[in-house]
Amino acid sequence: MSLAEDKFLRTEELTLNLGPQHPSTHGVYRAILTLDGEYVKGMENVIGYLHRGMEKLAEARTYTQFIPYPDRLDYASGMLNELGYVQAVEKLMGVEVPERAEYIRIIMAELQRMASHMVMLGSYALDLGGYTPWMYFFRDREKILDLFEMVSGGRMTLNYMRIGGVADDLPPEFLPRLKQFMAEMPASFEEYDNIVTGNEIFIARTKGVGVFKADQALAYGVTGPNLRAAGVDYDLRKAAPYGIYDRFEFDIPVFENGDCFDRFVIRIEEMKQSLRIIEQAIAALPDGPVKAKVPRVIKPPQGEVYHQIEGSKGCLGYYVVSDGSNKPYRLHIHGPSFINVGALPEMCMDLVLQDVIATIASIDFILGEVDR
Amino acid sequence: MDKQIPLDEVIAGLQDKYPEQLAVVEGSLQPAVRVKTEVFLKVMQDLKNEYGLDFLADLTAVDLGDEGFRGITHVMSWRPYRMLRVEVDTPRNQPRIPSLVDLWPAADVQEREAYDMFGIVYDGHPKLTRILLSDNFEGYPLRKDFQVASKR
Amino acid sequence: MENLFVNISGALRGWFAGIGLPPMAVEAVMALVYLVAILAFVLLNVVYLVYLERKISAYMQQRLGPNRVGPRGLFQTLLDVLKLFGKEDIIPNAADRWVFRLAAILVMVPAIMAFAVVPFGQGMIAVDLNIGIFYFVAVSSTATIAFLMAGWGSNNKWALLGGMRTVAQMVSYELPMVLSLLGVVMLAGSLNMSDIMAAQKTVWFVVLQPVAFLIYLVASTAELNRQPFDLPEGEQELTAGPFTEYSGMRYALFFLAEYTNMIAVSAIAATLFLGGPQGPWLPSWLWFVIKVYVMILIYMWFRWTFPRIRIDHLMAFNWKFLVPLSLANVLITGIGLEIYKWYQVIRW
Repeated sequence: MSLAEDKFLRTEELTLNLGPQHPSTHGVYRAILTLDGEYVKGMENVIGYLHRGMEKLAEARTYTQFIPYPDRLDYASGMLNELGYVQAVEKLMGVEVPERAEYIRIIMAELQRMASHMVMLGSYALDLGGYTPWMYFFRDREKILDLFEMVSGGRMTLNYMRIGGVADDLPPEFLPRLKQFMAEMPASFEEYDNIVTGNEIFIARTKGVGVFKADQALAYGVTGPNLRAAGVDYDLRKAAPYGIYDRFEFDIPVFENGDCFDRFVIRIEEMKQSLRIIEQAIAALPDGPVKAKVPRVIKPPQGEVYHQIEGSKGCLGYYVVSDGSNKPYRLHIHGPSFINVGALPEMCMDLVLQDVIATIASIDFILGEVDR
Repeated sequence: MDKQIPLDEVIAGLQDKYPEQLAVVEGSLQPAVRVKTEVFLKVMQDLKNEYGLDFLADLTAVDLGDEGFRGITHVMSWRPYRMLRVEVDTPRNQPRIPSLVDLWPAADVQEREAYDMFGIVYDGHPKLTRILLSDNFEGYPLRKDFQVASKR
Repeated sequence: MENLFVNISGALRGWFAGIGLPPMAVEAVMALVYLVAILAFVLLNVVYLVYLERKISAYMQQRLGPNRVGPRGLFQTLLDVLKLFGKEDIIPNAADRWVFRLAAILVMVPAIMAFAVVPFGQGMIAVDLNIGIFYFVAVSSTATIAFLMAGWGSNNKWALLGGMRTVAQMVSYELPMVLSLLGVVMLAGSLNMSDIMAAQKTVWFVVLQPVAFLIYLVASTAELNRQPFDLPEGEQELTAGPFTEYSGMRYALFFLAEYTNMIAVSAIAATLFLGGPQGPWLPSWLWFVIKVYVMILIYMWFRWTFPRIRIDHLMAFNWKFLVPLSLANVLITGIGLEIYKWYQVIRW
């Protein structure tokens, strides 16, 4: 008999506001929790605090002017967001991107994926109370941001991709630094294992917590590492290779349980695969121009296209409608974080408050992409 | 039924079933069909249950001006990779589209967003309220006739 | 050097008697002197500990830590405390004003009171009670009330959840902690701190009671509400637990109380398990400080390594593992003592 059913001990449900100012909601996300004791009996998302009207802004910008904006969507993975956008426009225009630019894009995209995963892993550890691992992940992320700074001058808001290529060629000191970074990573992976993945408390807190099975995840439209942790080997880089992903050899890590632990470990595994891709890309990096000859004023022909790439958090889609002018008639951004947050109440049902925190951290959403 | 039917056969099958209410969009970069509102839900059910396009990739809308709004839905599968765009038009003065929440819970937040931005009413949605904008926001910002405050 | 502080104390006592104070008054004044000395020791150490904690965490995390204020950032905490003094003292409208105010003070009182029985060196106990350990346990357990008052008085849901967690956790972990101390008391045959110290002349109790020491280490970490048992505060979950609504100096008091408790608990561990203030070459009080700091460093090492445990695991770990283990330890210690007695009889 639960406490609530006991006639002599009357209990009441407690409504608790998680956020918008709360240390572990990663920004301005708010959840209204209904608690029975510490058990969650109801959860309602309140989002939109960071809404900037990206899609409306796009309608008043030219295609080129909009390139910096995707950086501000999921601000932990700017390169990937830009890549999705420029590839959508290129698809609409039928632009051929030079070989070298394609390879540079792959290197940047995979570096960005690693950086984004590091943010997630670090803040996940932090949300479980592990302060030290957080710094370990961010130490390594810093190296990636340094690399980005070399090529684009920015660290998080990069503005590096261009329609038809990339903004600039790699500076000469870039490749040595990248190789040095890649040589350092195996030792870091070992450190991650020692301090987080192998920790008894961490395993006890994440194994079997916040389970989201494959059929549930598919119904809720969850994609990316969160879906693969539930056992579906769906990765757009393999399923529908965009760019030149079909030229690389890599595996898609798939786990089975779909719990918080799997969602953590799968990202470490994905980082290892990203390293493999980067290694091959460096080896095959050709010489040549980094930008295709595109008109100064981008005017895609009338039409529409939906282009999706495998972002760091799931399928990132851009739906571009062109009316033949130099500004998009309509630009819709399908942010994976938005969908993942939508599935959150279902995941958190009947968990205790502490597990809710772990689950929120484990699905890795960025409010910039949720609210757009 | 076999879930690996090529996309052109899927479209042909749908056309046979709904000759009046369904048309293939010509000249589109990606395969697309346009359906009438009354069969929209049925088409989506068929796509999900019979043709194996069982993943809702994206749901949004476009303002067509005087012609009303167009609901855009992308459904897909990934072995083999297939993606189909389903368009459904709805008049401007009373935009109504059947909700897909019963088929895909994923449609929940996306329909709320489209409602928020365009004011399209999704029939059958359990809780159609504003999601990104505040509850007391006036107007629907992604409509073309919406005046941005600074330009008013 | 050895008797530096004892001599100072003796000189003061002689001086007070010399100016014609009656014996009762001398005792009263001396009690005040001890209090001031303890406060000075504790507060100085606490301020340094905050700095130390930040530096150690920085080194563990490959950062620099505070390094701007003074040489190597030594004055950082000092300025932090000054800043907190200058902050506005906010009491929420909905709070229970008296409970809210009182809690911040009450949390400090047991922390300081515990030092009355701590032997800082040979002959350096402020009050050498014959029930020293019992006094320590009794006093430190009252701190729970202050945490509950803070949680309840704030009239905030997060604070209340934190307050409830604190009570559940501290009351539960008190049991294994006391039971682990019992093993030491059985060996020493006394509750008096000086006697326990004397009993460790030849061999430290950490050798004879390793299990009790480990239980004490775990249970005291929980009593201190430090990682991995910092659920009451649980920054990422409960924002700051019972202290959510506190600001300025009142918040600082909770902060200081945590470190004061840490010194107290480490001091008890040093006395009961690590032989107290005795060791070769160096003066006894210096040995004591070294041992206390060794304990403190262990607590810090814990904090910056482990993630936070979950509340049901915390309870299960206590009631299903620590309490039975500590009971078994008491039993085995008892049997061992009996065997030792018989052995001595036979040998004669």
